[in-house]
Amino acid sequence: MINATLKQLSQQLTAGQVSAVELATAYLDRIEALNPALNAFITVDREKTLAEALAADARRAAGQAGLLTGVPIAHKDIFCQQGWKTSCGSRMLDNFISPYNAHVIEQCQAAGLVTLGRANMDEFAMGSSNENSFYGAVKNPWDVNAIPGGSSGGSAAAVAARLAPVATATDTGGSIRQPASHCGVTGIKPTYGVVSRFGMVAYASSLDQGGVMAQTAEDCALMLNVMAGFDERDSTSLERAREDYTRDLAQPLAGLRVGLPREYFADGLAADVGRIIDNAVAELKKLGAEVVEVSLPNTQLSIPAYYVIAPAEASANLSRFDGVRYGHRADEYKDLVEMYEKSRAEGFGSEVKRRIMVGTYVLSHGYYDAYYIKAQKIRRLIANDFAAAFAGCDVILGPVAPTAAFNLGEKSGDPVQMYLSDIYTLSVNLAGLPAMSVPAGFADNGRPVGLQIIGNYFGEAKMLNVAHQFQQVTDWHSKAPAL
Amino acid sequence: MKWEVVIGLEVHVQLNTVSKIFSGASTAFGAEPNTQASLVELALPGVLPVMNKAVVDKSIRLGLALDATINQKNIFARKNYFYPDLPKGYQISQMELPIIEHGRLTILVGEEEKVIRVTRAHMEEDAGKSLHEDFHGLSGIDLNRAGTPLLEVVSEPDMRSPEEAVAYAKALHTLVTWLGICDGNMQEGSFRVDANVSVRPFGQAEFGTRREIKNLNSFRFLEQAIKYEIQWQIDTIEDGGKIQQATVLFDPDSGETRMMRSKEDAHDYRYFPDPDLLPVRISQAQIDATRADMPELPGQMKARFVEAFGVSAYDAALLTSSLAQAQYFEAVAAATGQGKLAANWVNGEIAARLNREGLEIAACPIGTERLAGLIVRIADGTLSNKLAKQVFDALWESDLGADAIIERDGLKQVSDVGAIEKMVEEAIAANPKAVEEFRAGKEKALNALAGQVMKASKGKANPAQVQDILKQKLTQV
Repeated sequence: MINATLKQLSQQLTAGQVSAVELATAYLDRIEALNPALNAFITVDREKTLAEALAADARRAAGQAGLLTGVPIAHKDIFCQQGWKTSCGSRMLDNFISPYNAHVIEQCQAAGLVTLGRANMDEFAMGSSNENSFYGAVKNPWDVNAIPGGSSGGSAAAVAARLAPVATATDTGGSIRQPASHCGVTGIKPTYGVVSRFGMVAYASSLDQGGVMAQTAEDCALMLNVMAGFDERDSTSLERAREDYTRDLAQPLAGLRVGLPREYFADGLAADVGRIIDNAVAELKKLGAEVVEVSLPNTQLSIPAYYVIAPAEASANLSRFDGVRYGHRADEYKDLVEMYEKSRAEGFGSEVKRRIMVGTYVLSHGYYDAYYIKAQKIRRLIANDFAAAFAGCDVILGPVAPTAAFNLGEKSGDPVQMYLSDIYTLSVNLAGLPAMSVPAGFADNGRPVGLQIIGNYFGEAKMLNVAHQFQQVTDWHSKAPAL
Repeated sequence: MKWEVVIGLEVHVQLNTVSKIFSGASTAFGAEPNTQASLVELALPGVLPVMNKAVVDKSIRLGLALDATINQKNIFARKNYFYPDLPKGYQISQMELPIIEHGRLTILVGEEEKVIRVTRAHMEEDAGKSLHEDFHGLSGIDLNRAGTPLLEVVSEPDMRSPEEAVAYAKALHTLVTWLGICDGNMQEGSFRVDANVSVRPFGQAEFGTRREIKNLNSFRFLEQAIKYEIQWQIDTIEDGGKIQQATVLFDPDSGETRMMRSKEDAHDYRYFPDPDLLPVRISQAQIDATRADMPELPGQMKARFVEAFGVSAYDAALLTSSLAQAQYFEAVAAATGQGKLAANWVNGEIAARLNREGLEIAACPIGTERLAGLIVRIADGTLSNKLAKQVFDALWESDLGADAIIERDGLKQVSDVGAIEKMVEEAIAANPKAVEEFRAGKEKALNALAGQVMKASKGKANPAQVQDILKQKLTQV
């Protein structure tokens, strides 16, 4: 049961083979047993979870169930959830019990999904290793010496370790795809604006996008059907007709044009990762896909552009954490300024402080044009690169990260090295495109490696089709770590 | 040395929308603290702003009334600074591409008209309030006002005296209330003025260094503050000092301005486009539709009053200082066909009495029909000016019409030729000395005789007729 996909759980619930309470209990027991070693969850509340499960069973009994009613889910601790601590991985919000629900939470509750707990993450979604959480690093279930990736490391580890069949996540510069890749699960980051940001604690507003991780592409499609949709409380939410993301899963791939950006296979890509991607491409060719070479010439510039824009937005987004209305406030201070300084100095971790300082600097008088405006211009160039590439292909494939998961502590003292490992994921956020990570094999050190699929705007169904067909002929996605 | 004063104003106009600029919370004034702060105003983690369309609509109206350019692409920016009553740590405002640019507003100073250029007006949210009393050394925060929509209207430094500054502020106040986009209540902070003031030697081309007086919430304080500031700047310079750019506050109790912060303390606000809000695009069709829906503006109505009712430009300007007053006048003028008389009474007795009793025209105890009733009786000679004032006082105190008061108090003017002739003859007979003097060429003696006649009639005789008949009788012989 613990290895079942979302789709299988749905079938079992519908057939009455298992109840929501039984399912929730099974996962809660497993979390209780394994979470101390993995640290994938910040908050687990058996009572709350079982109450939700009971309600789901009642809905089923009353014939008011949806496809996923009673299926358990883990929520990244970035989505505000009423009555639950919503910490965002930060001491700043360690005392914050949200009085309201994010749109994503509302949608999941309407579908009858049962909250298993709140998944660990890098503080305020800033990080690629999950070492920046106030609640400690998450361990990679495949190798507890490895990072799980970040910032949605708790979500990825939870799904990989079968502590949850599915988990919500967010992606600002790779925070869904990279941990999904490192933990061997399937993750999707939709087109910017498809999932409402209302209630998602903001890191970099123009880049943040909610998404999901599960074992399979099909499960991701089912979840996207729940999570996507226009929300008038988010001005950047897109008003589009509802779509069924499962609709194209079964389409054959014959004639699919797959673009391989030459910049994604250049120096810096580990040989074992490169081989895994080559093998995945070969599988797709067997399914009838055509391979074309494309170019994304400004890929290198995505790192400096991202590390200007994201901190700039973050520096303003995190100003609300001032100790005045909620969140951490220092015990003693002599005046207002000291209250601000001490509360924020104590409440934020070092990576958050670094990005606030960088962001404050690049927006300062006299530097704004040289950094922020320049970065926005690069952002446009990057979007143009993708537009040109998509003129000749349907999806773009490549690695998610240059290497498999590195060791805990290996890069935590060198932020620039950490930033450089985001090279293949940042461009997608800068352009606002949808992208996925799909399990594609194991590196020489035995750690999982994901294949990145990048779609054109609103190309989620096409990407999911490619991923699903790939998963019909491979079994990387169904491998689970021995725990 | 002779000094020239240079003044520019920044006015925060609170737009009278039902809900806030970026949330559905109510904007009503005076509620219990923090009862009108939604999740958005509290700046909880994860909340997002959503633009209130009514703010754009009302801003377009002011732009058209100022004959300004309406920017069709509007961008909101974050203005970053920390303050406890600014919950997000930034204010959402506009930096580049404000909704209104290049406007103009005509003001009247004395009898002179002058055009003041309006640089720009931008949409933004108000902050909350910090309350420092009643908390025993602590401060309280009330976020009810946070998120209230403001239009900040910035003028060019085109004003050259405190009087011009007040006239501009009043003209803008008239316009925003006239358009119905602001309740104009200055005590409640719906219309707040910052004044940038500098002085320079007459004839000098460059501006002097300015100081900005913040948050003036009455026209009287605006005038007092500017006057004090001008004198302070002149004295400082003449004493060999230099003016440093600064922000100052006006203390109404002492009548003085005092330094709040110097230029060195000025914030770097780190403006950048707010990624939570998409650019607001205004279509030409929307602008055209708003234009078609605009009311007659004060300037247009003023011109029409001159044209249609023959009132002076000065009187017309006074009449159009508020929509209520203009409508009051027009009702009276139309009902009586006596534009000039109506203007005199509305700008004269009515205005003076309202002012004395601290009333707005909307609360005037004499409605337009009853004032028209009075004016009709002046025009047809039933009432002299003196009697008319008595009737006016009675109108103010009662609900009766002018005719009923004239009847009740027997105030009808005597215009009966026979009756006046009789009184004139009696006066001539009783005052031979005055008659003598008049005949000897002393014109003034006629007034003395006329006074006797008026006295005999208890003020009711038609003064013009008395004069005519007197002259007739005295020159007859």
